[in-house]
Amino acid sequence: MTDAISQPDRPDTLEGGTKDLFSKFDPLIQMRENLLASGVEDPFGLVMEKVLSPTTAVCNGRETILLGTYNYMGMTFDPDVIAAGKQAFDDFGSGTTGSRVLNGTYAGHKAVEEALKEFYAMDHAMVFSTGYQANLGIISTIAGKGDYIVLDIDSHASIWDGCKMGDAEVVPFKHNDLDAMEKRLRRIPEGAGKLVILEGVYSMMGDIAPLKEMIAVAKKYGAMVLVDEAHSMGFIGPNGRGVAEDQGVLDQVDFVIGTFSKSVGTVGGFCVSNHPKFEILRLVCRPYVFTASLPPSVVHTASTSIRKLMHAADKRAHLWENSRTLHAGLTQRGFTLGTKTPQSAIISVIMPDLERGAMMWEALLHEGLYVNLARPPATPAGMTLLRCSLCAAHSAEQVQTIIGMFERAGKAVGII
Amino acid sequence: MDREATKERIDALIEPFNKKGVDVTDATRFTDDLEFDSLTVMDFVAAIEDEFDIIISMNQQAEIENYGQLIDAVTKLRG
Repeated sequence: MTDAISQPDRPDTLEGGTKDLFSKFDPLIQMRENLLASGVEDPFGLVMEKVLSPTTAVCNGRETILLGTYNYMGMTFDPDVIAAGKQAFDDFGSGTTGSRVLNGTYAGHKAVEEALKEFYAMDHAMVFSTGYQANLGIISTIAGKGDYIVLDIDSHASIWDGCKMGDAEVVPFKHNDLDAMEKRLRRIPEGAGKLVILEGVYSMMGDIAPLKEMIAVAKKYGAMVLVDEAHSMGFIGPNGRGVAEDQGVLDQVDFVIGTFSKSVGTVGGFCVSNHPKFEILRLVCRPYVFTASLPPSVVHTASTSIRKLMHAADKRAHLWENSRTLHAGLTQRGFTLGTKTPQSAIISVIMPDLERGAMMWEALLHEGLYVNLARPPATPAGMTLLRCSLCAAHSAEQVQTIIGMFERAGKAVGII
Repeated sequence: MDREATKERIDALIEPFNKKGVDVTDATRFTDDLEFDSLTVMDFVAAIEDEFDIIISMNQQAEIENYGQLIDAVTKLRG
């Protein structure tokens, strides 16, 4: 991927003077070229050659501590999870080769939906092939022409794409701004259907939403509420059900969207709900119907993992400890972080600009630490971020090692 | 409300967002001439929405490229 996109249009015009459709990507190609010309290791071309554990891998030939994987609960190498996957390969084969509504619903798909219903104590669960598709499918299907979607401006790309795919009127409000949200709800024409979309944890800065207050306002205006808890499942809340559970308002949420690709440790997405008509979505939701279902090994690993996450209070406590330690350590060494206090398992370190962000990212990699380099347009306010996501399997010693690596790299690059 | 009165109020609202001091006419484009990024657009739209107590959804915003179109749209939304 990386070699092929480092050259501008060739040819830059086609027969009859028509523009190459790729011309629109020229500014991005140029930005990449400039970045790589500075000699920095390609931040978007990293290869994990060997994965040693949930927290360590060999990346670009070096043994590296992983601090940017969203593998919050460290379930990827859990022996019971691995065993369930291997058994499923033997019993059900490598793939389903079909849609959930045709030949693609196996016993394992029903079992993982049962596990989700128990995990959230909700009536219905619907599993999608990815978390992206869960947002795309649920949002575009339930909010149609004449309905209004009111959403936070910092919402994930999958939420925006779900809005774009449906025909509802889309009305964003300033990040976590209760007053701005209320004003927009108040102005919606009488009788129109309303969907408010929020996230528990916002993944760029690692901050949480004031769901209790926001959901109360949404309900006051008769809106249905969808909360994406992708970055909180398994970790936040007494039972790991997310920020809504932690703030005591899960029963007010109409739809929870989640993913298997973070705490659960595999791939897939889901929606859980108590809506009495929820099951009809299986017939009308196109990103659910018109794609192949998850492979048996994936759904078996997912349900084993979800059931173990129900009883993971000790791991949750250790992960909170890791988050607090890293937040305090980096703050104390002079880094600017995305939040004043540790609010989730994401600690976001704000870089002065993309160039120094990339230098810092590379310096950390040479120290033996992998973090995510996040840059515009994925980031709010055009910021460059080094996004760290902690894991319950990081030891206290590893966290101290990580702080030391940040200190050395930050001094070398001149950020602290 | 007539177009002229609407324009006058929007003229006052755009001033703090017109950082480059561009001479704003009906033909002035938000992205190309005023160089608004997505966050500036959100703040500017919010200021107009609050001033006139209206909603300009993203679907409607997609149809608005220049200043004249914005004044027309707000005039229409005010009814």
